Amino acid sequence: MPPEAYHTSFSGWGRYPVAEGLEIKSEDLVRSTAGAALCRGLARSYGDSSLPACANDTVVDTTMADRLLAFDQDSGLLRAEAGVSLLELNRLFLRGGWFVPVSPGTQFVTLGGMVASDIHGKNHHVDGCFGEHVRSLRLRVADGRIIECSDEQEQELFRATLGGMGLTGHILEVEFRMRRIPSPWIRGESHRIANLDAMVAGLKEAAGAWPMTVGWVDCLARGESLGRGILMKGCWAEPDEAPGTPPPTKRRFRVPFQFPGFALCRASMKAFNLLYYYKHIQREKRGIVHPDAFFYPLDMLDDWNLIYGRRGFTQYQCVLPHAEDNGPARRFLDLFTSGGGMAFLCVIKDCGPEGKGMLSFPRPGISIAMDFPVHREKTQGFVDRLNELVIAEGGRIYLTKDTFTREEHFRAMESRLDAFNAVRRKWDPQGKLRSAQSVRLLGDTI
Amino acid sequence: MKAVVMGATKGMGRALARLLAERGDRLFLLEHLPEELERTAGDLEIRGAERPVGTALCDLLKPETFAPALDAAERELGGLETVIVTAGLFGTQEQLERDPQFAAQVLLADFTNTVLFCEEVRKRLLARGGGTLCVFSSVAGERGRKPVVLYGSAKAGLSRYMEGLDHKFRAAGLRAVCVKPGFVKTGMTVGLKPPPFAGEPQDVARRVLRAVERGTPEVYVPPMWRWVMCAIRSLPRFAMRRIGF
Repeated sequence: MPPEAYHTSFSGWGRYPVAEGLEIKSEDLVRSTAGAALCRGLARSYGDSSLPACANDTVVDTTMADRLLAFDQDSGLLRAEAGVSLLELNRLFLRGGWFVPVSPGTQFVTLGGMVASDIHGKNHHVDGCFGEHVRSLRLRVADGRIIECSDEQEQELFRATLGGMGLTGHILEVEFRMRRIPSPWIRGESHRIANLDAMVAGLKEAAGAWPMTVGWVDCLARGESLGRGILMKGCWAEPDEAPGTPPPTKRRFRVPFQFPGFALCRASMKAFNLLYYYKHIQREKRGIVHPDAFFYPLDMLDDWNLIYGRRGFTQYQCVLPHAEDNGPARRFLDLFTSGGGMAFLCVIKDCGPEGKGMLSFPRPGISIAMDFPVHREKTQGFVDRLNELVIAEGGRIYLTKDTFTREEHFRAMESRLDAFNAVRRKWDPQGKLRSAQSVRLLGDTI
Repeated sequence: MKAVVMGATKGMGRALARLLAERGDRLFLLEHLPEELERTAGDLEIRGAERPVGTALCDLLKPETFAPALDAAERELGGLETVIVTAGLFGTQEQLERDPQFAAQVLLADFTNTVLFCEEVRKRLLARGGGTLCVFSSVAGERGRKPVVLYGSAKAGLSRYMEGLDHKFRAAGLRAVCVKPGFVKTGMTVGLKPPPFAGEPQDVARRVLRAVERGTPEVYVPPMWRWVMCAIRSLPRFAMRRIGF
C-alpha cells in the first residue's frame, strides 16, 4: 500500500500558529513526496516555516527516512537520507572522532532541515553556514523529477535550496563533509561581561583564537549594563587534555505539562536572567566541557516550549551590520527592552561572511536572537517596530525563527529575494511547493 | 551474533537490525525490493555491522523465493544461527473489509507464507542442531477484537504456530521466540491515534534482543501490553461486543 495522507494539525516549536493540513509519514521519501507541497523534519523552526499553506496541502514528515547511505572514512564525506537527526549523527559519529561541520543550538533537527534553514552555529565566523560544507543534494522538484544538484550541476537550484526553506524542491538526500575532531570533548572558557561594548569586543577578540564563540545577554538589563551577559568560547579538546572516555549520554528531563500563563511574568524572567548572570560568580571559568552542555544546553529539557504556556511563543533573530560604536545592536536592544520585550534567552553572535545559500540568513555583523511569549494584541506591533529598525540599520531576519514579519518588511530587508523567486518560478511555475510562511512572506498564493 | 533478518528495511525490523549492527554483528538481509535492500545494507554497515552485510531477494508473497534466499544466507554466513522475521503486511479493518483482494494478501502473507518461511528455517536450524527463530506476531492475535478482526486472525494463527514450535522442538535445540508488539510508533501505525502505552521501535528492539539472547518463548513489547492483553482476554463476550478496543 502506498503511504496514505491523513488530516492533522501542525505547529512549529513556538506552538503558534497552528494550521490544519494533510500529513504523510513514511520511510519512503521518494514515494511520499510525489505531489506534496512541503517537507518537514523535527519541526524545530519556531513559526510557520514547516506549516501547510492550506488544509488541502500535504506535508511530508521526513523523520522516518533516516538511513545513512555512504561514508568515506578518509574524506569524511557522508551521504544520508534527509530525515536523519543530528542527535543520531552525534550518537553514531562523535565517539569515532567525527562531528558535523556546523551545528545549531539543538540536536533535534534533521539533515534536511539543516539544509533548508542553512543553519549556522558557534563557528560561523570561521566555517560559515552548513551549506558551505554540503557537496550535493538529491531533490524532488515540483514537476516530479528527481534531480541531483551541486555546485557543478544545476548550481542555481543548489544554491537556492541552501537556506531555501524547502521551497525549491523536496530534499531527499544530503551529501556533506563531516569533520575530524581530536577528541569528543570541548575545552571551554566563559567570561562574565559587563555591557554591550565589552560583549562585542569580547566576541571580536575571541574570534581570532577560538573556533567557537557565542554570547548570552541579559535582556532585562538596561542603561549602563545594557547588553551584559556571559561570553562563551570553545574548541575541541586535544586527546591529552580530554578524559579518556567518551562523553556519557546525558540524562534528559521532560517538562511534564503546559505551564499556566502567569508563570511567565516580568518577575520570573528577571529572576531567571539575574540568576543566570550571577551564577557565573567568577569573572572567568575554564575547563573541559561535555559537548552536549556546550552545544545544546537547552536539549536537556525535553518539550521546554511548554514553559511558554498555551499562547505559545516566538523567537526574533536578526543580524545587524557591524559599526564602530555598536550603534545598531545598541539601538536594537534599547528598543527591545524599552518596548516591553522580555526574554528568557537572548543569544548574541558575530557572523562571518555571507555564504552561497541564495537566501541564507547570516551576513557580516552581529546576530541577536531572543525568545518571547506571543501576546495576541501586542506581538505583531512589537515585531513590526523591530523590523522597521532592522530595515533602517540594513540588517535582516532569520526565516526559520519568524512568525510575524510582514511581506513588505521582508522585501525591504532582502535584496536577494527577486533572484530567489526567479529560481523558484523556473523550477515550479505552477507554485506547487509552498508553506504557510511562503504565503505570508513571499507572495505565494493559495 | 550471526543473524538473518527478514524485514530490516522498515519499522521495528530496522530498529532491531541497527541495534545488532552497532554491536558489530554479522547480518544477512532478506527483502523484496532490490534498492531498499542495498540502501539498508549500506546503512547497517556504516553503523558498525561486520562488512559486508549480505543480502538476498525474498518476497513474503512468493514462497518460491524462500528456499533460495535462505540457501544464500546459509552459504554466506556459514550456517544459520538466528533468524528474525519482522516482515508482514498490515491494513486497517476498514481497508481490509473494503478490499477483499488486499485482505487475501494480508492473510496470506501474515499467516500462510510466514509459516512456510519459518518451516524452511526450522528444517535448516534443526539440521544444524538448533538455533533461534524470532518471529513478530502481534497482540492483535490475542483476542478477536473489532479493529483487528482480519489482521488479528492471521496473527492469532501465527502465534499458535510459534507456540507449537516451542513445545515440539525446544528439546531439539530450536528456540522459538514469539514477539507480540502492542501499538508501536512505526510506519505501519502512522496516522492511527496512539493509545496509552504506545512504544518506540528502539525500545522494542532492545527488549526483543534480550529475548532473542535468552530464548524467551513469548515477549510482549512494550511490556505493559502483557497486562493490557491479560485484562482483555479475561473480559466476557458481552463486554467485548460493547467496547471498541
